[in-house]
Amino acid sequence: MKITLAHGSGGVESAELVRCITRHFSNPILEKMEDAALLDGADQLAFTTDSFVVTPLFFRGGDIGRLCVCGTVNDLAVTGAVPKYLTCGFIIETGADTEALEKIAQSMADTAREAGVLLVAGDTKVIEGSGGVLINTAGVGFVPKGHALYAAGCRPGDAILVSGTLGDHHAAILSHRLSIENQIESDCAPLGSMTAALFAAGVRVRTMRDATRGGLATVCGELAKSCGHSFVLEETAIPVSPAVQSFAGLLGLDVLTMGNEGKLVAVVAAEDAQRALQIIRNSPYGENAAVIGHVEPAGREPQVLLRTSIGGLRVVPPLSGEGLPRIC
Amino acid sequence: MRIEDPKSFLRNYAGPPLRLMEVCGTHTAEISRCGLPSLLPQSIQLISGPGCPVCVTVSAYIDRLIALAHTPDTTVLTFGDLMRVPGPAGSLAGAKAAGGRVEMVYSPLDALQLAQENPRHTYIFAAVGFETTAPVYARLLDRAAQEGLQNLKLLTALKTMPAAIRWLCQNGPGPNGFLAPGHVAVITGARVFRQLAGELGVPFVIAGFTPKGLLSAVAALAALAGQPACENCYPAAVTEEGNPAAQQAVSRWFMPCDSAWRGMGVIPASGLCLRPEHAVFNAGGAQLTEDAALNSACRCAEVLTGRLSPAQCPLFGKACMPLSPQGACMVSTEGSCYHHYINHRNEVPTL
Repeated sequence: MKITLAHGSGGVESAELVRCITRHFSNPILEKMEDAALLDGADQLAFTTDSFVVTPLFFRGGDIGRLCVCGTVNDLAVTGAVPKYLTCGFIIETGADTEALEKIAQSMADTAREAGVLLVAGDTKVIEGSGGVLINTAGVGFVPKGHALYAAGCRPGDAILVSGTLGDHHAAILSHRLSIENQIESDCAPLGSMTAALFAAGVRVRTMRDATRGGLATVCGELAKSCGHSFVLEETAIPVSPAVQSFAGLLGLDVLTMGNEGKLVAVVAAEDAQRALQIIRNSPYGENAAVIGHVEPAGREPQVLLRTSIGGLRVVPPLSGEGLPRIC
Repeated sequence: MRIEDPKSFLRNYAGPPLRLMEVCGTHTAEISRCGLPSLLPQSIQLISGPGCPVCVTVSAYIDRLIALAHTPDTTVLTFGDLMRVPGPAGSLAGAKAAGGRVEMVYSPLDALQLAQENPRHTYIFAAVGFETTAPVYARLLDRAAQEGLQNLKLLTALKTMPAAIRWLCQNGPGPNGFLAPGHVAVITGARVFRQLAGELGVPFVIAGFTPKGLLSAVAALAALAGQPACENCYPAAVTEEGNPAAQQAVSRWFMPCDSAWRGMGVIPASGLCLRPEHAVFNAGGAQLTEDAALNSACRCAEVLTGRLSPAQCPLFGKACMPLSPQGACMVSTEGSCYHHYINHRNEVPTL
């Protein structure tokens, strides 16, 4: 069935459209079909929202459905929260296919199950267009006592870890757009069990981020600015798959500014670094994790520095300019 | 001379102060990326020369492309790096937004298909580049001639390195040595730079593109201590004679011509234009010499010739930044201003 403006009218067709999505998310809270979901609470809540406009909708290693769950779940997880509930708002262009919508909804449901979150409220709107689908998700997580993380918590000497290879999502999307054939898959994945494992083991986590648009360079730049210290990265320790390395080399891209959708950047106390590394490596999606640098007292101003393969030292700027539009 | 440990050789360098110039945009980019300046003593300074093809292209050429993009039944084909270069009449990206026909291609051979599919439309390829790119255009023309295409033409701004290097040494204080462009040398052979070394009395070292390769090449250049010799530090790819097949393809289609360089003016025999017998493929280019800066305070010309460091330009980092470039050196990802801005190239960090 093709979506038409009638599916946005609020009438029978709208109900049909809503049903075609919600039937994948069935849970007791949603099934009440109230105007708002009623939820149990916690001492401290983490609350976030993100919009997903990726093209293509389906790509190697994922789709917009998996992406819109992972993006919001990961934003919650890296603040120290246990992700609990999501809402989703669909903006659907006329000409979209319900078959594709159901595939997206199914993928959202599978990913939500994997991440341990419930989709408890949602909305659809139809606009004129040419078959595109845009999704907003908002999410709530419960923050256990003492788990809340702030970027300002990083201290000189702390170790910087990354949970796996960089640039995979960026390269997968760009390969699709440029019709370049390769085996590169998006790294799109929920990171909640990885962050939970770090807390469960009592690792002294200072702060965490998921390195999405702008990549590792941009995330480290933001953290350095927030905590007032410099971040020193070791080029040879930063994991990059050979396929992405060659792809980036051919196109003149820098893996440090390429986007990811399932990569944790964690700053932990130096003494806990090796233990944190083992925990991340033993978690789903963490097998290629590495300790990639440390926090240093800032010189004139906090900055991100890279120790290069020949032992040179250079400033790593954040991404500036367009990057890759509509990557997530 | 093979230096066992180039890093400590450079750290302990006690010779006279050296200004060494790289004349290849890819070298400029890689030197910044690998943090090479942080491994040099204060007495050795690396400066970027006119090695970025987009940066040395004069504004009249950009203006002509823009005019062609607005000509009926005509499309301009270009590599991406030329799109945002600003000139008095704007940029190609601006022309495209205003309804001009400009298409970005990844390979000159993409032009063949377009020209075949639309025989009544004229395609103008913006043929910018050095010795390295010229054989690719020759290959395109070989194919276009085979297919009997009449609607594909080149607007040429092809340049060759030796005359520009000679100009640098003869006009003002030239550098104390050159990192010779590895890709150019693959085509021309090492002998071209060996001859230049003898003629100009300065050392040349042909460098590859890996961080280690560049480090060794800079050490080798410092070790030559002003001797007019040429050392090939990229022997895996560069031979003494170069690539004869590529050289023949180029001379079948092109011949030397005078060419205008930003910052240096017209240099005799420093460019390549189509031979008269290939006029059917010629959209001109050789007569485009005027070079007007978008902003009268732009100092690209002096930056390109190593007379000014990017940070000394009054616009640098203020009016002129990668998102609001006033000159080509800030646009191109091989431009020296771009690298000074993005990678803080000469602001060596310490821990």
